[in-house]
Amino acid sequence: MAGVISNLHSTSAKRVQGATTEARWIRYTLISIALVFLALFLIMPLVVVFVEAFSKGAEVYFAAITEPAAAHAIKLTLTAAAIAVPLNVIFGLAASWAIAKFQFRGKQLAITLIDLPFAVSPVIAGLIYMLIFGAQGLFGHWLMDHEVRIMFAVPGIVLATVFITFPFIARELIPLMQEQGKEQEEAAITLGASGWKMFFRVTLPSIKWGLLYGIILCNARAMGEFGAGSVVSGKIREKTNTMPLHIEILYNEYQFAAAFAVASLLALLALVTLVLKSALEWQAAREHELAVRTAQAQ
Amino acid sequence: MSVSTVKELPAKVARKKEPWVQKSVLPGFGLSLGFATLYASLLVFIPLAMLVVKSFELPLDELWNVITNRRALASYRLTFGTSLIAATVNLFFGLIVAWVLVRYSFPGKRIVDAVVDLPFALPTAVAGIALTAIYAPSGWVGQWFALLDIKIAYTWIGVTIALTFIGLPFVVRTVQPVLADLETEVEEAAASLGANRWQTFKYIILPALLPSLLTGFALSFARAIGEYGSVVFISGNMPYKTEITPLLIMTKLEQFDYAGAAALGSVMLLFSFVLLLLINLLQHWSHKRTGG
Repeated sequence: MAGVISNLHSTSAKRVQGATTEARWIRYTLISIALVFLALFLIMPLVVVFVEAFSKGAEVYFAAITEPAAAHAIKLTLTAAAIAVPLNVIFGLAASWAIAKFQFRGKQLAITLIDLPFAVSPVIAGLIYMLIFGAQGLFGHWLMDHEVRIMFAVPGIVLATVFITFPFIARELIPLMQEQGKEQEEAAITLGASGWKMFFRVTLPSIKWGLLYGIILCNARAMGEFGAGSVVSGKIREKTNTMPLHIEILYNEYQFAAAFAVASLLALLALVTLVLKSALEWQAAREHELAVRTAQAQ
Repeated sequence: MSVSTVKELPAKVARKKEPWVQKSVLPGFGLSLGFATLYASLLVFIPLAMLVVKSFELPLDELWNVITNRRALASYRLTFGTSLIAATVNLFFGLIVAWVLVRYSFPGKRIVDAVVDLPFALPTAVAGIALTAIYAPSGWVGQWFALLDIKIAYTWIGVTIALTFIGLPFVVRTVQPVLADLETEVEEAAASLGANRWQTFKYIILPALLPSLLTGFALSFARAIGEYGSVVFISGNMPYKTEITPLLIMTKLEQFDYAGAAALGSVMLLFSFVLLLLINLLQHWSHKRTGG
């Protein structure tokens, strides 16, 4: 990079295109560096997943993704995401409503604290629930006496997933709602709308793209959760194995083609996530542009 | 720690005898803040506080030994060292990628832009096995390095590559919007005053990007420190050599050493919290600089 930039210096005299761009060969060099870097670091891992998945043929591939253990892992992954994502949507809406629309002391601290699960290692996320609900944990004895299983069972996996994806929706909505201000909601209330009516008629329509965006990212993270899950799940086949954990077991058993086959499903999920995300960004940008143009026309 | 600060807020406010929330016609403040606080406390803050409580179950000298013995120190060195290298690599290449995406146009740009987010969307375990397959001595890239007698997978280099993968979008996505909002008039002014392009970049553009670059660096670093899924496959997990701290915690858990795991977890939590505060300060600074 230093080399590239010092090259900027030597050719600046030849600058013809005005003051705010670089010579053509510098542009091409920078574009090439960026593309090669992305191809090596991002595209190649994605490609290798599919190549390895089909390395033993389509038969092995389909056997790997339809065997009972894999099917159970897929079901558990979907279940955990289906519980964790809605919970965090409710939290995200509540937190962003309070933070974006009201002025109160300690707001900045609240925003920092919401981010905490992003910065905490997933292993720690699993560990803390182990300390509370594990056999030696705070409620361990009580849970054992009442025959409630949280660790090494589905509730533990859901808890860990909720923790890991906790900030996603709130982080997406807070800046969006702050930017939109509160005039419209205030107008609705002043005109006699009830709180819920205001929320569903005014607030929700204006944040719908941001909310969807958050849900998509939250869902991708929830389904891919690995570190926290491996602490709390106990990795019991056909009981507490999510897809990423199932991949790990297959991989450690040297069933590479099968591991990559299950991994390819998650890679597909990642691709779908990226496509939806781009489509949403595009849609939001278009609506924004439309709104600006209407405002100018008036 | 975090829990108590939240709970103390109303008390502090009462002392000052000012309303701690400004009046508004909008409804639902109590309900939404109350629910959010309850939810966050039950699921996040109280469990995290348990971590610190649990680690103090150990006698102090033993606690000190757990967090400073040779194996723990070796794991910190690997975790922080590789995270630092990965974040630095991402700082440079992230800036180039962001620059290219904002300033230049080329075919397939929108696809490239979307691909940058792949590490956010791809589960870490999938990234882990894929990178291992590429960089193992028999892999697509690994075999060429094997000819030169260089091992990538199962060494610290492999760990660094995994951490670079997961951290890249943080730098690109924090720098990109700031770069897009940069007024080109300032650059034109600099040029008309006789600055060449390199001087304009160094004295005008780079200082304006600095807060966002540092934020992206810090985010990438923070994410790398806690990373587990992508590293555990490629590292080889040899104690003292390629064992990251989250993995050491995992090992302690498997030996039912909960207090020891909690002690190491508390050390990591402390670092995360300090980094998070730093990132928030940086973002605050960044907003002030750009007048946002």
